[in-house]
Amino acid sequence: MNDSNSLSAVRAAAAQDKIPVTVLTGYLGAGKTTLLNRILSEPHGKRYAVIVNEFGEIGIDNELIVGADEEVFEMNNGCICCTVRGDLIRIIEGLMKRKGSFDAIIVETTGLADPAPVAQTFFVDQDVQNLARLDAVVTVADAKWLAARLRDAPEAKNQIAFADVIVLNKTDLVSPAELREVEGRIRAINPYAKLHRAERCNVAIADVLERKAFDLDRIMEIEPDFLEVDDHDHDHHDHDHHHHDHAHGHGLKHYHDEHMQSISVRLDGDVDPGKFMPWINELTQAQGPNILRCKGIVAFADDPKRFVFQGVHMMLDGEPQREWKADEKRESKVVFIGRDLKEEDIRKGFLACAA
Amino acid sequence: MTEPTSSLTKNVQFFDAGAHVTAVGFLDEAPVFALGDGVAVLGEPGSANRIAAHPGGAILSAVSDGKLLVTGGDDGRVVATSADGAMREIAHEKGRWIDALAMRAGNVAWGAGREVRVRDSAGAVKAYSAPTTVRGLCFMPKGYRLALSHYNGVSLWFPNAAASPSLLEWKGSHLDVVASPDGRFVVSSMQENSLHGWRISDARNMRMSGYPKKSRSLSWSHDGHWLATSGADACIVWPFRDKDGPMGKAPRECGVRAAKVSQVAFHPRTLVVAVGYEDGFILLCRLGDAAEILVREPRVGDGAVTALIWDAIGARLAFGLDSGGAGLLTLPA
Repeated sequence: MNDSNSLSAVRAAAAQDKIPVTVLTGYLGAGKTTLLNRILSEPHGKRYAVIVNEFGEIGIDNELIVGADEEVFEMNNGCICCTVRGDLIRIIEGLMKRKGSFDAIIVETTGLADPAPVAQTFFVDQDVQNLARLDAVVTVADAKWLAARLRDAPEAKNQIAFADVIVLNKTDLVSPAELREVEGRIRAINPYAKLHRAERCNVAIADVLERKAFDLDRIMEIEPDFLEVDDHDHDHHDHDHHHHDHAHGHGLKHYHDEHMQSISVRLDGDVDPGKFMPWINELTQAQGPNILRCKGIVAFADDPKRFVFQGVHMMLDGEPQREWKADEKRESKVVFIGRDLKEEDIRKGFLACAA
Repeated sequence: MTEPTSSLTKNVQFFDAGAHVTAVGFLDEAPVFALGDGVAVLGEPGSANRIAAHPGGAILSAVSDGKLLVTGGDDGRVVATSADGAMREIAHEKGRWIDALAMRAGNVAWGAGREVRVRDSAGAVKAYSAPTTVRGLCFMPKGYRLALSHYNGVSLWFPNAAASPSLLEWKGSHLDVVASPDGRFVVSSMQENSLHGWRISDARNMRMSGYPKKSRSLSWSHDGHWLATSGADACIVWPFRDKDGPMGKAPRECGVRAAKVSQVAFHPRTLVVAVGYEDGFILLCRLGDAAEILVREPRVGDGAVTALIWDAIGARLAFGLDSGGAGLLTLPA
């Protein structure tokens, strides 16, 4: 990990000037292409550069469409989980030669793709970082089949864990109870993603694109323990004996996934950057392979600005964001989504960073 | 050239080419600017022709041998433009981007993803499918042989031989590739802000590292003894004269500034290197004593220097910026 990727090298560059990039993931058959065609065919007045795997599937005549090869490369930086999409670096380099002729980039990944290399490309490659910013990872999930895929396809679980926005598609094909079940499964893995129910991917474009999901305010608002599904159907059946299900009744259904979980730690008051920076760097170096995503908003002592960061595996990127508002409580929160995370260590570690 | 404060700014004609300048060249005497909006601007500033080489597309790559400008577009086309403005389509790879090109002695090679094709001066086309996407191409100086850079190394391919290409292996993603004029060395730029070199005779590896950025512009001196490179706060020049090349030697640095070097171009007859920076600044540096001459200072709205080349005799220097600015330096007679 070189300096430009670590928190020690905080980039104050205005992110607004960078081209927003939406990464579209989802397991085979979930409806990615349907969503993409919908985005491209709506009269939104925006020009998108679209990077796809399969040319033929896009039915819309879009001026800027390019086929990608999904070439995943390891970086020679001694970090085993640090993989990037070499083809994406090349394509974005090419797109910048026609900067100004498009407003945003959409990257569609294959159904079996791990989202990590795509996301890491935006942390690792300096040229890409200078030109583009990851706006959101949008995962399309099939309401009928997702629960089964979460059991048998690690890719599907990764895609849910990575998401900033989840489009739960084909909700017309399941019963309210099944819908509640699958939403519970999703929330057990990733309680922070914005979830939209859809039929034939009929979500509002604004719910999917230009989300600035990485401004991260959602993580402050959400406490996973109080997440609920807005539906009052009672369901006490446990369909999956590999998981521990707790049906709390009255529509509140709570699952724990055995391996993938999210951990959030809130700290009232200020954080000492001299303690926090080494802690987060060491944690992501040591636990990086297991940490799929991390995000946080941190109040540094004597700093009028909120410090925000996000990461993928061992890659971290952070910068001072807007100032804390006068009526806003100065507090810090970090969120980790990953496999077999050591919750108690992370909790103690972060709380020990108090100023 | 001994006064570091001396300036050639009055000898520069600057104009707005209209789009990102991908590459520059000279066709006979005429400067040509290949642009990100698919246009090639051919001729003297003020009276140039705008040639739509890739209508609706972008020129992603361009090379010139002084007679033809060959451009590769995101429309999948390879187009040759001559000094009279006549265009000819050499290839059309539907749905692909042509972002790697090479040219020598009438032979043209292009890359579209993993597929590489080479067309000899008689028009015969040969194809090779590389293990991964080919990022860089260059012809070796001797024989009909092509170097292709890709993930985990550089392949050397004789298009007319049945044998599979020989691989110069080194882990990582290799971007651009160049061969020394005497054919003894091949050097690639890498994703990890370094250069990697091989001595062809024994495939011995050499690593040239320490760059704060990727080094994407590489230029050999006319005598082949030096390789000028971009990617640092100065032009980094590696010595290749000895049989071991730069192994165990420190590079020269010239044109140190508080901005990164984005383009370098050695003069075709003397040991002077033109150095373009990310802020639009351009200098000439003499290797012997590091004397500097100012070519241009940045103006408001300038972007990085993205293209820089001398004409065949070294009388004029053409340049282009990512903001669409372009220009021509004419050295005093």
